[in-house]
Amino acid sequence: MTTIITNKSVSGATADQTAKKAVYETKQLNLWYGSNHALKNIDLEIMENEVTAIIGPSGCGKSTYIKTLNRMVELVTSVKTSGEILYRGRNIFDQDYGVEELRTRVGMVFQKPNPFPKSIYDNVAYGPRIHGIKNKKILDEIVEKSLRGAAIWEEVKDRLNENAYSISGGQQQRICIARALAIEPDVILMDEPTSALDPISTLKVEELVQELKKDYSIIIVTHNMQQAARISDKTAFFLNGEVVEFDHTDTIFSNPSDKRTEDYISGRFG
Amino acid sequence: MRYIEQQTVVKRMNGRLIANAIFKYIFLAATLLALLALVILLFRIVSQGAGNLSIDFLTNFASRFPDQAGIKAALIGSLWLMMVVAPTSIILGVGSAIYLEEYAKQNRITSFIRMNISNLAGVPSVVFGLLGLTIFVRAMALGNSILAAGFTMSLLILPVIIVASQEAIRAVPGELRDASYGMGATKWQTILKIILPAAIPGILTGSILALSRAIGETAPLIVIGVPVIIQFLPAGVMDTFTALPMQIYDWSSRPQQEFQAVAAAGIIVLMAVLLFMNSIAVIIRNKFDKRY
Repeated sequence: MTTIITNKSVSGATADQTAKKAVYETKQLNLWYGSNHALKNIDLEIMENEVTAIIGPSGCGKSTYIKTLNRMVELVTSVKTSGEILYRGRNIFDQDYGVEELRTRVGMVFQKPNPFPKSIYDNVAYGPRIHGIKNKKILDEIVEKSLRGAAIWEEVKDRLNENAYSISGGQQQRICIARALAIEPDVILMDEPTSALDPISTLKVEELVQELKKDYSIIIVTHNMQQAARISDKTAFFLNGEVVEFDHTDTIFSNPSDKRTEDYISGRFG
Repeated sequence: MRYIEQQTVVKRMNGRLIANAIFKYIFLAATLLALLALVILLFRIVSQGAGNLSIDFLTNFASRFPDQAGIKAALIGSLWLMMVVAPTSIILGVGSAIYLEEYAKQNRITSFIRMNISNLAGVPSVVFGLLGLTIFVRAMALGNSILAAGFTMSLLILPVIIVASQEAIRAVPGELRDASYGMGATKWQTILKIILPAAIPGILTGSILALSRAIGETAPLIVIGVPVIIQFLPAGVMDTFTALPMQIYDWSSRPQQEFQAVAAAGIIVLMAVLLFMNSIAVIIRNKFDKRY
């Protein structure tokens, strides 16, 4: 476990000096739900230690895409895919690439805060425990480190044994982020993480995302364009299952090259 | 031009309010009628049987003299029966429910199986008795033993346990599964640590209600040939036995008037056992019930 932490800090330190590396390379990805062609020829390269926002109107495939990155999409119904997604150079659709292994490297935060009906401590310790850590001292350390990482330690440190449902929705969502951090991931996927939160909680999560990108690569789906503009380095605009435009967030919002992007961000549709 | 005229509304108001009141009393009457039937039944049984209730009644074997007849063999036999039925039906039932809800592909075959399990819950118990007679008593040569009767009863209540467990498992929010799988948990870890703890109140409530049904069933026991008069206690699951409903059935079909009172006392014992089991179900539900 310690080796993972060291590796991360090394790669984090060198990232500024050398060129950033890609965490995810999506090549000609197609995805079908039954006969519904949900993702069409997606090509995207996602860089480490950046926040990549995915925007687009409802039903454009943005949630489907992010759930494909950790293969959660396969849980819902029968899906068929073609093309490949390389995570750190390895195709996640490879037969010998176990989803459990992939999901240990790629944490996920969901739309609705979804803590387990357990104590705050047990929620955060869930990930380490399923990966075999039993030592109470190590678990204590992971829980504290993760809760600090999610900027909620000070609020809950005296009530770790209370049920996670006893705290507010915004706090619950940060517990869920802490829970994702506890498996020491490389990438964090966020599927509209603030859509169920009030403005103040939203602000806290947005600040947290800025903080987290120093150590993690973050991919965030949002239906809120201002949010994408505020927190992301790069933005991908999805429409009808295709990537219309993918560029630096500044460029997308100030000088989009595609007419449809311009129409969407200026609120003419969607 | 308005479509809803105030005058018409006022004119019709009386009729609507009367209908409103009438239906309230119809539903109240339905409830009271059911309650009344239950109270009369309970009153008759208690007034008839209470006189026969005593420690001797619980510790005596059956007898042809009404004042010496006891329920010991049947009470202990029913407990033996439950010791076979409870583990068999709960393990098989919950296992099937987990498979159907979490592992099976959601296709036509699965939904066909699901539908038929629900239908099996409605099959008359005497049919399960015949099935048990053919398979357990004859083909597997278990005779009219506790084991044969227990397996038959397990088959009878299995559909109820499967359906109750399926519903409890389905009620666990999908977001909790997502959260667990999203952290790299395997299916089994997710089932063991997330789904079962959340579903256990529903599963246990359904199971205990199903077991209460098994303890009161007579028809399958008659079909597989469980005897009534027994003057010894079973020593193991391969021994023959008798059960509470069998004993009550026998007493109530005897010509002597005194035995009617003995049967009523037996019914009180059976109902006490049922009430005890149902209260366990309630306690378990309240203890494990967590909000999410």
